[in-house]
Amino acid sequence: MKTFFRPAGRYAGQALVYLLFAAFLGYFASAPKYTHFPPDQALIKLSLAHGAKRVGGCRRFTRAELQEMAPNMRRPLDCPRQRLPVVVEFVIDGKTRYSAAVPPTGLSGDGPSRIYQRFAVSPGKHAIVARLRDSDRSEGFDYETTAEIELAAQQSVAIDFRQEMGGFLFRW
Amino acid sequence: MQALQRPLQAVFNVLEGWLDRPFGPDWNPLYHLGALGFFYFWVVAVSGIYIYIFFDTGISEAYDSVEYMTHEQWYLAGVMRSLHRYASDGMVAMMMLHLVREFSLDRHRGSRWFTWFTGVPILWLVVICGITGYWLVWDTLAQYVATATTEWLDWLPIFGESVARNFLAPYFLDDRFFTLMVFLHIAVPLILLLVLWIHLQRVTKPEIFPARGLAIGSFAMLLGLSLFWPALSQGPADLSRVPAVVGLDWFYLIAYPVVEIWGAGPAWALAFGGSMLIAVLPWLPPLRKRSVAQVDLANCNGCTRCQEDCPFAAITMIPRSDGRPFEREAMVDPELCTSCGICAGACPTSTPFRRASAFVPGIDLTDQPLSDLRQRIHDGTANLTGDRRVLLLGCAHGIGTGKAVADNVAAVQLPCIGALPPAFIDYVLSRDLADGVFLAGCKGGECYSRFGLRWTAQRLTGQRDPHLRARVPRERLGQLQAGARSGKHLATAVRAFQAGLPQRPPEPESPRTREAETV
Repeated sequence: MKTFFRPAGRYAGQALVYLLFAAFLGYFASAPKYTHFPPDQALIKLSLAHGAKRVGGCRRFTRAELQEMAPNMRRPLDCPRQRLPVVVEFVIDGKTRYSAAVPPTGLSGDGPSRIYQRFAVSPGKHAIVARLRDSDRSEGFDYETTAEIELAAQQSVAIDFRQEMGGFLFRW
Repeated sequence: MQALQRPLQAVFNVLEGWLDRPFGPDWNPLYHLGALGFFYFWVVAVSGIYIYIFFDTGISEAYDSVEYMTHEQWYLAGVMRSLHRYASDGMVAMMMLHLVREFSLDRHRGSRWFTWFTGVPILWLVVICGITGYWLVWDTLAQYVATATTEWLDWLPIFGESVARNFLAPYFLDDRFFTLMVFLHIAVPLILLLVLWIHLQRVTKPEIFPARGLAIGSFAMLLGLSLFWPALSQGPADLSRVPAVVGLDWFYLIAYPVVEIWGAGPAWALAFGGSMLIAVLPWLPPLRKRSVAQVDLANCNGCTRCQEDCPFAAITMIPRSDGRPFEREAMVDPELCTSCGICAGACPTSTPFRRASAFVPGIDLTDQPLSDLRQRIHDGTANLTGDRRVLLLGCAHGIGTGKAVADNVAAVQLPCIGALPPAFIDYVLSRDLADGVFLAGCKGGECYSRFGLRWTAQRLTGQRDPHLRARVPRERLGQLQAGARSGKHLATAVRAFQAGLPQRPPEPESPRTREAETV
């Protein structure tokens, strides 16, 4: 190779390249800062995994139906696996921010309905109403929770649903 | 595709030229990106094993143990933590540069598809390693990474339960999640190592450790960076708060802003679609396969030199099949052969002096045989006159020697400079076909076919068989200096060589009347 630099100059050149690469690594390892959420806002997360009631009730197999089944597959009741959708309505300060009928998960539609929603709100007091329907009723809701919460900037609250604990729960 | 490759190649050309000056070809980082990637991997592995000793898995213990390392034992565990992070970032930088450069040089198609294709899972595995690593620190960045990752994963219909629910609030978090993360952060690098091994299966003598000077320089750089700019945590994670502003590691976490701007579905489409596109690049379009090397058993004595020199493990030695009194014979795997011709350059029977029998070496390219090269040399040098006649033998992937670069210079191309048997140089000079022979390899001192330049240098200096005979006057042999990377450089070098050629002593006899030499 043609010698463009004397040895000392070559090492100095190498040091400069290493210095530039080190600066590149050091800087982009944690900078520039990324703002992924407005710092002057608070966060409400609505998340639940809840299985609604089955689509229909159980019925007894007829004698003829039982005769057609293999002996080891015979059972008295026919219970559908599929669940109803879970209907959820979420209101913040009188404004409906989320309203949906969430279908069940699973290939047979027998898993829980899953909801995960994020709502950025301004800091301060907020009136929250959360409603959920998991039955085949056509109107109204099976569960309803009303609460007033106060949030600071960048504070986060999670709203969960546990049927065995009576409905919606606020997790701070 | 060439419209994309050419500008990239031009950029690399300039950068390589700049780096050649202080580093030289042996230490130029751009010529050793894969080896540097491996080097950073080992730094990550060793530093990771050390910091694992002090790491505690637990919601509060994880952060506290990392803080202990960073501040209490900063001189060792803290430095190790910084080395772990910066070497990881360096590995990503080397990996991406390696990918782009190999693509720009068109070294991903044909028989090289396997190495390229197996590189795609490496991209994913490295990123997964980084994400699980950031998770373990359990600072505000980890909290962001955990939340964003699980929200992104939840878009895929593969989890029965929402994974993101684990990070809704402090109530939901479990120590066992950290145990799972530690397991992943150890298991995934081991899988990565396995895939790296597969990645190199079709590469002979892979360079998995850079030259000592480059390794020392790179480690010193990492150490200096770790001491002067140590890696720090970004405050303890608190799931009751939103870490609104985070210092992202852009080497690993660049996808997260994309997820937030585009949404989870399009971001997955980009990730999977981009990976698929990269994976199928070798066939967009497929490389027109040249005829591969072929063994001529009548001239093969199973000496193994072609196998030793093949850069792509395309030659294996198998038991003799023709009954001749040799133990083995060479066999070419057409799937692996890149038609570089280095095997023909290595064959001891590749001597152009043959007259008594047809010039058929033990191994040769069928569409570019050495007999054809001998003929092209004769044709090219026939028009040279005077006493400073030069034969320029150049690599087809090099600067370009398709036309003469100076007066009284005949140019002949080879598929690779390593495809030139040294006997040809002896032949040209002893037969008075030219007064000097000039060899021009690939640009910048890095061979397209990996070993062409290295083997040629070793053959010419007698370190590797077949070597150049001692009787060849070395002052009549010129080589393009590594670092030159343009036609202008080549022309200048050839003219300088031509001007420095010594006068030929009067010939005692005409070459035409010399008796034929045979092997």
